[in-house]
Amino acid sequence: MTARDDILGGIRRGLGRGALADGPTGELAARVAAHRRNLIPARAASLDPPGRVDLFVAMAEAVQATVTRIASDGEIPGEVARYLAAENLPAELAMAPDPRLDALPWADRPLLQIWRGKAEPGDAVSLTPCLAAVAETGTLMLVSGETTPTTLNFLPDTHIVVLRGGQVVASYEDGWDLLRARGGLPRTVNFITGPSRTGDIEQKIELGAHGPRRLHVILVDNAGES
Amino acid sequence: MAGPVRVALLVTCLVDLFRPSVGFAAVKLLEAAGCTVDVPRLQTCCGQPAYNSGDRADAKAIARQVIAAFVGYDYVVVPSGSCAGMVKVHYPELFADEPTMRGQAEELAARTYELVSFLTDVRGMTAVAARCSRSVTYHDSCSGLRELRVKAQPRTLLGSVAGLELKELPGAEICCGFGGTFAVKYPEISDKMASDKIADIRATGAECVLAGDLGCLLQIAGKLSRAGSMIETRHVAEVLADMTDTVPPIGAPRK
Amino acid sequence: MEATSHNFTDNARTGLANPVLRRALGIAGTGFPARRAEAIARLPEFEALRDAGKAIKDHTISHLDYYLELYEKNVTASGGVVHWARDAAEARAAVLEICRSVDARIVTKGKSMVAEEIALNEHLEANGITPVETDLGEYIIQLRHEPPSHIIAPAIHLMKEQVTATFRAAHTALDPDRPLTEAPQLCAEARAMLRPQFLAADVGITGANFLIAETGSSIIVTNEGNGDLTQILPKVHIVVASLEKIVPTLEDAATLLRLLARSATGQEFSSYTTLSTGPRRPGDLDGPEQYHVVLIDNGRSAMIGGEFQDMLRCLRCAACLNHCPVYTAIGGHAYGWVYPGPMGAVLTPALIGIDEAGHLPNASSFCGRCESVCPVKIPLPKMMRHWRERQFAQGKAPPVYRTGLKLWAWVARRPALYHELVELKARLLGWLGRDRGRFRALPLASGWTQARDMPAPEGRSFHSLWAERQRARK
Repeated sequence: MTARDDILGGIRRGLGRGALADGPTGELAARVAAHRRNLIPARAASLDPPGRVDLFVAMAEAVQATVTRIASDGEIPGEVARYLAAENLPAELAMAPDPRLDALPWADRPLLQIWRGKAEPGDAVSLTPCLAAVAETGTLMLVSGETTPTTLNFLPDTHIVVLRGGQVVASYEDGWDLLRARGGLPRTVNFITGPSRTGDIEQKIELGAHGPRRLHVILVDNAGES
Repeated sequence: MAGPVRVALLVTCLVDLFRPSVGFAAVKLLEAAGCTVDVPRLQTCCGQPAYNSGDRADAKAIARQVIAAFVGYDYVVVPSGSCAGMVKVHYPELFADEPTMRGQAEELAARTYELVSFLTDVRGMTAVAARCSRSVTYHDSCSGLRELRVKAQPRTLLGSVAGLELKELPGAEICCGFGGTFAVKYPEISDKMASDKIADIRATGAECVLAGDLGCLLQIAGKLSRAGSMIETRHVAEVLADMTDTVPPIGAPRK
Repeated sequence: MEATSHNFTDNARTGLANPVLRRALGIAGTGFPARRAEAIARLPEFEALRDAGKAIKDHTISHLDYYLELYEKNVTASGGVVHWARDAAEARAAVLEICRSVDARIVTKGKSMVAEEIALNEHLEANGITPVETDLGEYIIQLRHEPPSHIIAPAIHLMKEQVTATFRAAHTALDPDRPLTEAPQLCAEARAMLRPQFLAADVGITGANFLIAETGSSIIVTNEGNGDLTQILPKVHIVVASLEKIVPTLEDAATLLRLLARSATGQEFSSYTTLSTGPRRPGDLDGPEQYHVVLIDNGRSAMIGGEFQDMLRCLRCAACLNHCPVYTAIGGHAYGWVYPGPMGAVLTPALIGIDEAGHLPNASSFCGRCESVCPVKIPLPKMMRHWRERQFAQGKAPPVYRTGLKLWAWVARRPALYHELVELKARLLGWLGRDRGRFRALPLASGWTQARDMPAPEGRSFHSLWAERQRARK
């Protein structure tokens, strides 16, 4: 008897039955296939798209993310440069090798040093896209992939995320549907709500425990596109 | 409804032994609320000490006695949240696997109430005719609060007592550390909880602390007096029944 | 971890006498409940979500075999490997074998209570592998060779000064004159010391808050980012998780996630909630090459179908600890094993036996606050009472209590005798205490009177007075 058999057998004994027959199994499979939503709070779900974006901003700022709202993609390089200068950070960037980020007018900021690829130890600032943002709690949703290495979200001290208004969804459940539409789960899905923090010293919150101590969101207001 | 409401008082063993005044206060309040009050002699205890010690057999035996003692009354009223909770919530659980007894336990549970919430929720009382010129703070006994949802009702009636100033107790909902057998089995932990409770009480500046359960009150009074405090401890029923000037507080010398 | 639960009374006494612990617990005992209450006030649907969460967990446990098999199928399909472990020894062996297969020297660890439960660190160390705790609280207690005292805030029993002393003693390469009194300095130092370890690790081990059957994913809920660095940097990611972490679908996980952070820390959502599904994909630029899940039974399947099944709903949020007046009085170490507080009082006897853990379900006043804050409505006092019933049935209560209880119950079933004895006792104690109104000492009650006075009875029993009143009215 393998450990697996023993464990499953023990569970079945406790439940007072043997392995499930096709009927019940079919019902359970149907439950999983239907992946019905449970109760979704009205907080975000009751809002229209602009309301959701405003809620996302409010919730994200409440947990010490910073958000700048701009009107178009073309302003992104300028906002990155402005932010780094304002925070007294070096003008360098580890950037996700994402085609939409590549297509931005970086030539406008020639003094910005940009490396593309996964993060390396010593990277101070990263710039990544995201898949979506969840208005309900001010949460960014990022996925791993060929153009979105996960180390960019955690190794550098400062993480800048480009978010478009049309990417803001109400709930995590909307996020799951996005993943299913893409054909399934990537290796890593990160829900990020504010910078890294710890309360392990006398319950006082300190930012920047191991992950980034700064999380900056550049929000391109275009509630129609995504 | 034909005739007055017939209420049986479940005295509780602590009231019986330590402080009959609470029982008489309950009777006075119930009569003022239009009830006739009997005290069946067959009752001794609700069985909670046995139940919480894991002695289901004795708990059941005592419960059967209680169920039998209170047959025929419109209501059973208890000046204690923990004893009322024992009957209302735990008697049906005790007999979960005995359908007939369970039925009787549920029938009794349905007409059993903690005293103050009975007065407000069943008899519709909104005010009492009482005077108590004290500043007072109120401790929410755990069973009454969590099992029976007694929270607003004592505060409502206390609000009608002439001359009484009610100060809310920070941490009112935190256990005082009595817990019946807990206080004797783990006395040091119980004492720490008692110390925290009286620190909160003293910090309110109130002259008097009230609660609806004599177990809590013995713990609180005992700790206050050991600490040399002059704060008075009383059962809320005594204040509502206008007995503040006639009965010394708990733990005070009898004049 | 070796249990000292049998020594609970002494452990508790030590905790009560420790002024630093009392200060630390004072901060925690007021902070956590307040923050949870605020978070719940902001979410009107919270109560309904508790019912939904309870229903999801109950459904899952009733079909745990189905969901475990589905989970395994989906882990395998995404390129991961599931290892089934009946007990702590099999779990340790599985982890060690994986580590050896890649010649691991350094292993980083995210916080995992089940890893404590199976005593994983000692086993790795005994086999020449260095486990490095990366959660700040776990790192601190690892340096101090102490067990965790709380299931989400392992170093909650410490004040800043103790952390400073620990870091000065351990980080010997750093300038001894460096300032290190403030929390930001301590955090920065931990970050600097642990970053090279993250980068050097061969294997990263995390726990899992949830395992999702639908997708074969594991979820970790953290704030520091250590769990993420632990799993994405090394070649191998091992998840250690017990059976009951399974939930059926992503939607079910979302419901439970809404309950978890709010119940645990009062946050809307943790800083990092991460789903991991298998190893890196072709084309991925980073991520582990291997993904293993060690699925641990260690007593869970035995709880199914019995009086303690509801305990398997536990989300390990620690709300019960944070609201427990006993826990906040004595601290977590008093409980003597991995799981303290009310959930520990129910779970520990189930996992290591009621003989070793007998005190835990008894050291409760049944105030019920734990049950009232449990996000999945586990009836904790009821299950503690079930443990007491088992002890009573096995004759395990101390003789003085058994005899006293039996005697009292015998009398209580004889009302006439009972009433006479109560009247006698009321008269006697009332007379003895009439002048002072209270007793500073009382025979047979020294446990009470060592720290409290006992108020004196009024001097007559209620039943006697009532009988007199009734006679007078006739």
